[in-house]
Amino acid sequence: MKTLLTIILLTVSSFSALAVEPSEILSDPALEARAREVSKGLRCVVCQNQSIDESNADLARDMRVLVRERISAGDSNAQVVEYMVSRYGDYVLLDPPFKASTYVLWLSPFLFIGLALAAAMGIYRRREASPVGGEKAQELSVEEQRRIQALLDEDGGGGS
Amino acid sequence: MKRLMYLAPLAVFLVIAGYFAVGLKLNPRDLPSVLIDQKVESFALKPIKGYDRGFSSEDLKGQVSLVNFWGSWCVACLAEHPMLMKIAEQKLVPLYGIDWREKDPDAGPQWLKRRGDPYTLIGDDPESKAAIAFGVYGAPESFIVDQRGTIRYKHTGVIDEGNWASTLWPLIQELRKQ
Repeated sequence: MKTLLTIILLTVSSFSALAVEPSEILSDPALEARAREVSKGLRCVVCQNQSIDESNADLARDMRVLVRERISAGDSNAQVVEYMVSRYGDYVLLDPPFKASTYVLWLSPFLFIGLALAAAMGIYRRREASPVGGEKAQELSVEEQRRIQALLDEDGGGGS
Repeated sequence: MKRLMYLAPLAVFLVIAGYFAVGLKLNPRDLPSVLIDQKVESFALKPIKGYDRGFSSEDLKGQVSLVNFWGSWCVACLAEHPMLMKIAEQKLVPLYGIDWREKDPDAGPQWLKRRGDPYTLIGDDPESKAAIAFGVYGAPESFIVDQRGTIRYKHTGVIDEGNWASTLWPLIQELRKQ
Protein backbone atom coordinates (compact mmCIF):
# COMPACT_ATOMS: atom_id res chain seq x y z
CA MET A 1 0.00 0.00 0.00
CA LYS A 2 2.72 2.41 1.01
CA THR A 3 4.75 1.54 -2.07
CA LEU A 4 1.74 2.12 -4.27
CA LEU A 5 1.11 5.49 -2.65
CA THR A 6 4.75 6.47 -3.14
CA ILE A 7 4.61 5.48 -6.80
CA ILE A 8 1.41 7.46 -7.33
CA LEU A 9 2.79 10.52 -5.55
CA LEU A 10 6.05 10.38 -7.48
CA THR A 11 4.24 10.02 -10.79
CA VAL A 12 1.88 12.89 -10.10
CA SER A 13 4.50 15.24 -8.71
CA SER A 14 6.95 14.64 -11.53
CA PHE A 15 4.71 16.17 -14.19
CA SER A 16 4.96 19.85 -13.38
CA ALA A 17 8.40 20.35 -11.98
CA LEU A 18 10.66 18.90 -14.64
CA ALA A 19 10.97 21.61 -17.26
CA VAL A 20 13.09 24.10 -15.32
CA GLU A 21 16.64 22.82 -15.43
CA PRO A 22 18.94 23.19 -12.41
CA SER A 23 21.34 25.40 -14.40
CA GLU A 24 18.56 27.90 -15.08
CA ILE A 25 17.57 28.45 -11.46
CA LEU A 26 18.55 31.79 -9.95
CA SER A 27 20.57 31.74 -6.74
CA ASP A 28 18.28 34.28 -5.08
CA PRO A 29 15.15 32.33 -4.05
CA ALA A 30 12.95 35.45 -4.03
CA LEU A 31 13.88 36.31 -7.64
CA GLU A 32 13.51 32.67 -8.64
CA ALA A 33 10.02 32.57 -7.13
CA ARG A 34 9.07 35.65 -9.15
CA ALA A 35 10.53 34.10 -12.29
CA ARG A 36 8.45 30.97 -11.71
CA GLU A 37 5.33 33.04 -11.23
CA VAL A 38 5.91 35.01 -14.44
CA SER A 39 6.79 31.83 -16.36
CA LYS A 40 3.56 30.14 -15.33
CA GLY A 41 1.55 32.87 -17.02
CA LEU A 42 3.50 32.85 -20.28
CA ARG A 43 2.58 30.49 -23.07
CA CYS A 44 5.19 28.34 -24.73
CA VAL A 45 4.45 29.69 -28.18
CA VAL A 46 5.49 26.54 -30.00
CA CYS A 47 3.40 24.15 -27.90
CA GLN A 48 0.11 26.02 -27.87
CA ASN A 49 -1.22 25.07 -24.46
CA GLN A 50 1.63 24.80 -22.01
CA SER A 51 3.29 27.50 -20.02
CA ILE A 52 7.00 28.05 -20.53
CA ASP A 53 7.40 26.87 -16.94
CA GLU A 54 6.10 23.41 -17.88
CA SER A 55 7.46 23.02 -21.37
CA ASN A 56 10.63 21.26 -22.43
CA ALA A 57 10.69 22.98 -25.80
CA ASP A 58 13.94 24.75 -26.68
CA LEU A 59 12.25 28.08 -27.25
CA ALA A 60 10.44 27.78 -23.89
CA ARG A 61 13.79 27.23 -22.22
CA ASP A 62 15.22 30.32 -23.87
CA MET A 63 12.19 32.32 -22.82
CA ARG A 64 12.59 31.12 -19.23
CA VAL A 65 16.22 32.21 -19.28
CA LEU A 66 15.25 35.59 -20.69
CA VAL A 67 12.60 36.04 -17.98
CA ARG A 68 15.25 35.32 -15.35
CA GLU A 69 17.76 37.68 -16.97
CA ARG A 70 15.26 40.50 -17.01
CA ILE A 71 14.14 39.91 -13.43
CA SER A 72 17.77 39.82 -12.31
CA ALA A 73 18.37 43.07 -14.18
CA GLY A 74 15.66 44.74 -12.09
CA ASP A 75 12.53 44.49 -14.25
CA SER A 76 9.23 44.15 -12.43
CA ASN A 77 7.05 41.13 -13.19
CA ALA A 78 4.71 43.35 -15.20
CA GLN A 79 7.60 44.73 -17.28
CA VAL A 80 8.77 41.23 -18.16
CA VAL A 81 5.27 40.20 -19.21
CA GLU A 82 4.92 43.44 -21.18
CA TYR A 83 8.14 42.71 -23.05
CA MET A 84 6.92 39.27 -24.07
CA VAL A 85 3.52 40.65 -25.11
CA SER A 86 5.23 43.35 -27.20
CA ARG A 87 7.02 40.56 -29.09
CA TYR A 88 4.40 37.82 -29.31
CA GLY A 89 1.11 39.63 -28.69
CA ASP A 90 -1.59 38.61 -26.24
CA TYR A 91 -1.20 35.07 -27.52
CA VAL A 92 1.76 34.65 -25.20
CA LEU A 93 -0.49 35.14 -22.17
CA LEU A 94 -2.22 31.98 -20.96
CA ASP A 95 -4.89 34.16 -19.40
CA PRO A 96 -6.12 36.49 -22.14
CA PRO A 97 -6.83 40.09 -21.04
CA PHE A 98 -10.33 41.59 -21.08
CA LYS A 99 -10.34 44.11 -23.92
CA ALA A 100 -12.18 45.03 -27.09
CA SER A 101 -10.75 42.18 -29.17
CA THR A 102 -11.54 39.58 -26.51
CA TYR A 103 -15.05 40.69 -25.53
CA VAL A 104 -16.55 37.85 -27.56
CA LEU A 105 -14.33 35.34 -25.79
CA TRP A 106 -15.18 36.53 -22.29
CA LEU A 107 -18.80 37.54 -22.71
CA SER A 108 -20.20 34.81 -24.98
CA PRO A 109 -20.68 32.33 -22.10
CA PHE A 110 -22.95 34.85 -20.36
CA LEU A 111 -24.77 35.48 -23.62
CA PHE A 112 -25.41 31.76 -24.02
CA ILE A 113 -26.57 31.37 -20.41
CA GLY A 114 -28.93 34.29 -21.00
CA LEU A 115 -30.27 32.71 -24.18
CA ALA A 116 -30.74 29.35 -22.46
CA LEU A 117 -32.58 30.97 -19.54
CA ALA A 118 -34.81 32.92 -21.92
CA ALA A 119 -35.63 29.76 -23.84
CA ALA A 120 -36.38 27.86 -20.62
CA MET A 121 -38.64 30.67 -19.40
CA GLY A 122 -40.46 30.71 -22.72
CA ILE A 123 -41.10 26.98 -22.60
CA TYR A 124 -42.24 27.17 -18.97
CA ARG A 125 -44.63 30.04 -19.67
CA ARG A 126 -46.14 28.27 -22.64
CA ARG A 127 -46.75 25.14 -20.57
CA GLU A 128 -48.48 27.14 -17.90
CA ALA A 129 -50.73 28.83 -20.42
CA SER A 130 -51.62 25.65 -22.27
CA PRO A 131 -54.90 23.84 -21.44
CA VAL A 132 -53.11 20.62 -20.49
CA GLY A 133 -51.65 20.58 -16.96
CA GLY A 134 -50.54 23.50 -14.86
CA GLU A 135 -52.51 25.29 -12.20
CA LYS A 136 -54.28 27.45 -14.70
CA ALA A 137 -56.00 24.49 -16.37
CA GLN A 138 -59.52 25.50 -17.18
CA GLU A 139 -62.52 24.09 -15.34
CA LEU A 140 -64.67 21.87 -17.52
CA SER A 141 -67.92 23.30 -18.64
CA VAL A 142 -71.20 21.62 -17.68
CA GLU A 143 -71.60 20.27 -21.18
CA GLU A 144 -68.09 18.72 -21.09
CA GLN A 145 -68.79 17.14 -17.67
CA ARG A 146 -71.92 15.57 -19.04
CA ARG A 147 -70.12 14.13 -22.07
CA ILE A 148 -67.37 12.63 -19.92
CA GLN A 149 -69.95 11.07 -17.64
CA ALA A 150 -71.73 9.63 -20.66
CA LEU A 151 -68.50 8.10 -22.00
CA LEU A 152 -67.62 6.64 -18.59
CA ASP A 153 -71.09 5.19 -18.22
CA GLU A 154 -70.96 3.71 -21.67
CA ASP A 155 -67.62 2.05 -20.91
CA GLY A 156 -68.75 0.70 -17.54
CA GLY A 157 -72.08 -0.57 -18.98
CA GLY A 158 -70.45 -2.47 -21.90
CA GLY A 159 -68.38 -4.59 -19.54
CA SER A 160 -64.91 -5.84 -20.38
CA MET B 1 -43.53 26.82 -36.91
CA LYS B 2 -43.42 23.61 -34.89
CA ARG B 3 -41.93 21.80 -37.85
CA LEU B 4 -39.16 24.41 -38.10
CA MET B 5 -38.31 23.90 -34.43
CA TYR B 6 -37.38 20.30 -35.20
CA LEU B 7 -34.74 21.63 -37.58
CA ALA B 8 -33.14 23.76 -34.86
CA PRO B 9 -30.69 21.07 -33.63
CA LEU B 10 -29.63 20.44 -37.21
CA ALA B 11 -29.09 24.17 -37.72
CA VAL B 12 -27.00 24.41 -34.53
CA PHE B 13 -24.98 21.41 -35.65
CA LEU B 14 -24.33 22.94 -39.06
CA VAL B 15 -23.15 26.22 -37.52
CA ILE B 16 -20.74 24.42 -35.18
CA ALA B 17 -19.57 22.12 -37.97
CA GLY B 18 -18.95 25.21 -40.08
CA TYR B 19 -16.72 26.73 -37.42
CA PHE B 20 -14.82 23.46 -37.05
CA ALA B 21 -14.39 23.15 -40.80
CA VAL B 22 -12.81 26.61 -40.94
CA GLY B 23 -10.83 26.01 -37.74
CA LEU B 24 -9.31 22.83 -39.08
CA LYS B 25 -7.99 24.62 -42.13
CA LEU B 26 -6.39 27.46 -40.20
CA ASN B 27 -2.73 27.03 -39.41
CA PRO B 28 -2.36 27.48 -35.64
CA ARG B 29 1.22 28.60 -36.19
CA ASP B 30 0.26 31.30 -38.62
CA LEU B 31 -0.20 34.08 -36.12
CA PRO B 32 -0.23 37.75 -37.00
CA SER B 33 2.92 39.46 -35.82
CA VAL B 34 2.43 42.34 -33.42
CA LEU B 35 5.76 43.70 -34.62
CA ILE B 36 4.57 44.90 -38.00
CA ASP B 37 5.44 48.61 -38.30
CA GLN B 38 7.55 48.41 -35.14
CA LYS B 39 11.24 49.21 -35.01
CA VAL B 40 13.60 46.26 -34.83
CA GLU B 41 14.93 45.87 -31.30
CA SER B 42 18.64 46.62 -31.38
CA PHE B 43 20.78 43.53 -31.32
CA ALA B 44 24.36 42.55 -32.06
CA LEU B 45 24.94 38.91 -32.89
CA LYS B 46 28.31 37.23 -32.99
CA PRO B 47 29.57 35.61 -36.17
CA ILE B 48 29.05 31.89 -36.62
CA LYS B 49 32.14 29.74 -36.45
CA GLY B 50 34.66 30.46 -39.20
CA TYR B 51 33.10 33.79 -40.17
CA ASP B 52 34.67 37.20 -39.44
CA ARG B 53 31.61 39.35 -39.14
CA GLY B 54 28.42 38.92 -37.19
CA PHE B 55 25.16 40.70 -37.83
CA SER B 56 23.68 43.59 -35.90
CA SER B 57 20.63 45.81 -36.18
CA GLU B 58 22.93 48.60 -37.44
CA ASP B 59 23.52 46.61 -40.64
CA LEU B 60 19.85 47.04 -41.55
CA LYS B 61 19.95 50.83 -41.76
CA GLY B 62 19.48 52.64 -45.06
CA GLN B 63 18.17 49.82 -47.23
CA VAL B 64 15.28 47.44 -47.58
CA SER B 65 16.46 44.05 -46.34
CA LEU B 66 15.28 40.52 -45.91
CA VAL B 67 16.09 38.84 -42.58
CA ASN B 68 15.82 35.06 -42.56
CA PHE B 69 15.77 32.83 -39.47
CA TRP B 70 17.10 29.37 -40.19
CA GLY B 71 19.01 26.52 -38.61
CA SER B 72 20.82 23.40 -39.72
CA TRP B 73 18.23 21.40 -37.72
CA CYS B 74 15.37 22.92 -39.70
CA VAL B 75 14.06 20.63 -42.43
CA ALA B 76 11.89 23.24 -44.11
CA CYS B 77 14.93 25.52 -44.41
CA LEU B 78 16.41 22.89 -46.68
CA ALA B 79 13.44 23.25 -48.99
CA GLU B 80 13.74 27.02 -48.88
CA HIS B 81 17.47 27.15 -49.51
CA PRO B 82 17.50 26.99 -53.35
CA MET B 83 15.12 29.96 -53.51
CA LEU B 84 17.36 31.97 -51.17
CA MET B 85 20.37 31.10 -53.36
CA LYS B 86 18.50 32.39 -56.36
CA ILE B 87 17.63 35.66 -54.59
CA ALA B 88 21.29 36.05 -53.60
CA GLU B 89 22.67 35.22 -57.05
CA GLN B 90 20.41 37.75 -58.71
CA LYS B 91 21.30 40.28 -55.98
CA LEU B 92 17.64 41.16 -55.58
CA VAL B 93 17.83 42.24 -51.94
CA PRO B 94 20.40 42.14 -49.12
CA LEU B 95 19.66 38.85 -47.41
CA TYR B 96 20.66 38.51 -43.77
CA GLY B 97 20.68 35.19 -41.98
CA ILE B 98 20.18 34.47 -38.33
CA ASP B 99 21.45 31.02 -37.46
CA TRP B 100 18.97 30.12 -34.78
CA ARG B 101 19.54 27.71 -31.92
CA GLU B 102 22.45 25.71 -33.20
CA LYS B 103 23.45 23.16 -30.55
CA ASP B 104 26.71 22.41 -32.32
CA PRO B 105 28.63 25.55 -33.40
CA ASP B 106 29.98 23.67 -36.44
CA ALA B 107 26.55 22.60 -37.69
CA GLY B 108 25.51 25.92 -39.23
CA PRO B 109 28.76 26.67 -41.08
CA GLN B 110 28.93 23.08 -42.38
CA TRP B 111 25.37 23.24 -43.62
CA LEU B 112 26.24 26.39 -45.59
CA LYS B 113 29.49 24.93 -46.89
CA ARG B 114 27.70 21.94 -48.36
CA ARG B 115 24.81 23.80 -49.90
CA GLY B 116 26.06 27.32 -50.52
CA ASP B 117 25.81 30.50 -48.52
CA PRO B 118 23.18 32.97 -49.73
CA TYR B 119 23.62 35.43 -46.89
CA THR B 120 25.24 38.88 -46.92
CA LEU B 121 25.87 38.58 -43.19
CA ILE B 122 25.05 35.93 -40.64
CA GLY B 123 24.51 36.26 -36.91
CA ASP B 124 24.65 33.43 -34.42
CA ASP B 125 21.63 33.17 -32.13
CA PRO B 126 22.15 30.11 -29.94
CA GLU B 127 19.88 31.31 -27.14
CA SER B 128 17.02 32.79 -29.14
CA LYS B 129 17.85 36.38 -28.13
CA ALA B 130 17.18 37.73 -31.61
CA ALA B 131 14.45 35.17 -32.24
CA ILE B 132 12.45 36.40 -29.25
CA ALA B 133 13.16 40.03 -30.18
CA PHE B 134 11.57 39.32 -33.59
CA GLY B 135 8.75 37.28 -32.04
CA VAL B 136 9.80 34.17 -33.97
CA TYR B 137 7.85 30.94 -33.43
CA GLY B 138 9.67 28.57 -35.74
CA ALA B 139 12.02 28.36 -38.68
CA PRO B 140 12.03 29.38 -41.39
CA GLU B 141 10.60 32.81 -40.76
CA SER B 142 11.56 35.89 -42.72
CA PHE B 143 11.09 39.59 -42.17
CA ILE B 144 11.16 42.50 -44.56
CA VAL B 145 12.76 45.47 -42.82
CA ASP B 146 12.66 48.92 -44.40
CA GLN B 147 15.32 51.67 -44.64
CA ARG B 148 14.49 53.04 -41.20
CA GLY B 149 14.82 49.67 -39.49
CA THR B 150 11.08 49.10 -39.23
CA ILE B 151 9.64 45.62 -39.65
CA ARG B 152 7.17 45.80 -42.53
CA TYR B 153 6.28 42.19 -43.21
CA LYS B 154 6.62 38.78 -41.64
CA HIS B 155 6.63 35.64 -43.73
CA THR B 156 6.05 32.39 -41.86
CA GLY B 157 7.37 29.28 -43.56
CA VAL B 158 9.24 28.58 -46.75
CA ILE B 159 9.86 31.33 -49.32
CA ASP B 160 9.15 29.86 -52.74
CA GLU B 161 8.74 31.15 -56.30
CA GLY B 162 5.03 31.64 -55.70
CA ASN B 163 4.97 33.80 -52.59
CA TRP B 164 8.15 35.58 -53.65
CA ALA B 165 6.59 36.69 -56.91
CA SER B 166 3.16 37.45 -55.50
CA THR B 167 3.98 39.11 -52.17
CA LEU B 168 7.57 39.54 -51.05
CA TRP B 169 9.22 40.93 -54.18
CA PRO B 170 6.44 43.44 -54.99
CA LEU B 171 6.53 44.69 -51.38
CA ILE B 172 10.32 45.10 -51.44
CA GLN B 173 10.10 47.10 -54.66
CA GLU B 174 7.35 49.27 -53.27
CA LEU B 175 9.24 49.95 -50.04
CA ARG B 176 12.30 51.01 -52.04
CA LYS B 177 10.30 53.88 -53.56
CA GLN B 178 9.57 55.32 -50.14
